[in-house]
Amino acid sequence: MNKWQELRKDLIRNRNLYLMLLPIVAYYFIFHYIPIYGLQIAFKDFNPAKGIWGSQWVGLEKFKEFFVYDSFYVWRIIRNTILINVYDIIFGFPAPIIFALLLNEVKNSMYKRTLQTISYMPHFISTVVLVGIILDFFSRDGLINQILKSLGLLSEPISFMTEPGWFRPIYVGSGIWQQLGWNSIIYLAAISNIDPQLYEAAKIDGAGRFRQALYVTLPGIMPTIIIMFILRVGSIMNVGFEKVFLMYNPLTYETADVISTYVYRKGLLEMDYSYGAAVGLFNSLINFALVVLTNQLSKRFTETSLW
Amino acid sequence: MKIRKSAGEIIFDSFNYIFLGLLCFTMLYPILYVIFASFSNPIKLMAYRGPLLRPLDFSVEAYKLLLSYPMIWIGYRNTIIYVVLGTAINILLTTMGGYVLSRKNLKLKNPIMFFIAFTMYFSGGMIPTYLLVQSLGMIDTIWAMIIPGAISTTNLIIMRTGFHAVPDSLEESARIDGAGDWTILFRIMIPLAMPMIAVMILFYAVGHWNAFFNAIIYLRSRELYPLQLVLREILIMSSTENMTTGISDASDRFAVTELIKYAAIVVSTVPILCIYPFLQKYFVKGVMIGAIKE
Repeated sequence: MNKWQELRKDLIRNRNLYLMLLPIVAYYFIFHYIPIYGLQIAFKDFNPAKGIWGSQWVGLEKFKEFFVYDSFYVWRIIRNTILINVYDIIFGFPAPIIFALLLNEVKNSMYKRTLQTISYMPHFISTVVLVGIILDFFSRDGLINQILKSLGLLSEPISFMTEPGWFRPIYVGSGIWQQLGWNSIIYLAAISNIDPQLYEAAKIDGAGRFRQALYVTLPGIMPTIIIMFILRVGSIMNVGFEKVFLMYNPLTYETADVISTYVYRKGLLEMDYSYGAAVGLFNSLINFALVVLTNQLSKRFTETSLW
Repeated sequence: MKIRKSAGEIIFDSFNYIFLGLLCFTMLYPILYVIFASFSNPIKLMAYRGPLLRPLDFSVEAYKLLLSYPMIWIGYRNTIIYVVLGTAINILLTTMGGYVLSRKNLKLKNPIMFFIAFTMYFSGGMIPTYLLVQSLGMIDTIWAMIIPGAISTTNLIIMRTGFHAVPDSLEESARIDGAGDWTILFRIMIPLAMPMIAVMILFYAVGHWNAFFNAIIYLRSRELYPLQLVLREILIMSSTENMTTGISDASDRFAVTELIKYAAIVVSTVPILCIYPFLQKYFVKGVMIGAIKE
């Protein structure tokens, strides 16, 4: 029996299962693969009246426009996209790990549960509300300025939201505030899977609590940390559109404008579809390369890979 | 037997307990501040400087103004429609897909899985997706809020993992009793995977409740705005003129404007914050399974 006959038999025998899968495959085909096909407008001068097919091929013209004529903006959005992520990896990535390690040392289960419940709470606040709170607290006469003033730390109020230098700290800091507890769940789960005998053995060897945390707990969750780190690095180019879009304003574009917000302004607001698609394609390609790269690293160092 | 703690441990424990307590206080306090402020007297709040520990001169003025603003109700109604309809479609497709892809004897399973997983790593992006939704005639309809995000790949993979956990023997014995694939899915698999499906419902529903990206791109008419888009106007674009037209004094109006923002945050967030502690264990479970991936 050749391959095709086998496949036919399988299709007939499992026709109900394939029928169930049909809407799912159709969804992915329409909403994920047609847009990939539509990316060809990055190489065309897209004219809505003529459609994707009828529009004129222009080769790399749109990329040239982007890299040569608008190079000032290109480097700015690439730099901002990467820097926001680098700051978030440096400060935001270790925070939930440290939180999980400290929480693990809380032996009173009532207190521990209360701390956990509170720490997950900000995760459920929508981005719009989060940014609304940030704008309010960090305004010139907002709570943060009032507190800093009453502590004598500054004489003139800082206009945080219109000062480019403050965008990244507030973006990353508020992200930590919102996701610290939620992201610690996975590390707490990993900690709870560590064999208790290892702690017994460490105790017999005379290790105190600090040494147990350092030599048992931390190595125990290292595989989880590495996987989370690799996944995080793989999503560097995908900095969220939503929060930046809500938080930034023309005064802070210098440090806040990222690739996705630029694509939105150029592509959708100014309706330069081909240009927007070209910038988006450039972003997707770098992102794809990063995922492949991090997957290779993952394979090499952790024996865990995405494919 | 009670093990005596060393002095070092006692010091560490005290610091740790206090530090974590303070940390969680800073997570909770902004939420409390907003609630206290929303119930305060606008003029008193304007003059007040510093952190609040309770409402200043309790008043529900802000809520009266906010709830008399029709857009809030329109937003609420639309969000509920999007949450209910969207989540129903999400769950139906995710359950069917997760079930089929968890079966072992399908020849095309791996190619289809690759076809699906590939979209997690490469996508057409914002512009081609927008043009597609436009050419499907979905711009400015409720479908734009529901269909383009009908399946989340991460959730599909979580669901598949959930179905993997159901023992094969159950399925085999049902087959011997003459059950077909549809019966097995709806009568055996779904009831057994109910805790898993509950997690999915929560994930999707919270997602729809908080969503605004599709709304901002695809919706034009205000009658279709979800709550988050109405909130954006109030909180971020500070357009509260419609609600404060009755107030003649400019500084009073400014004071009330600030207060309406706090009330809007409370009205849109408190429902989720109130139910979440009861659902916490389900959420936590979902995160843990989601992290396993394969």
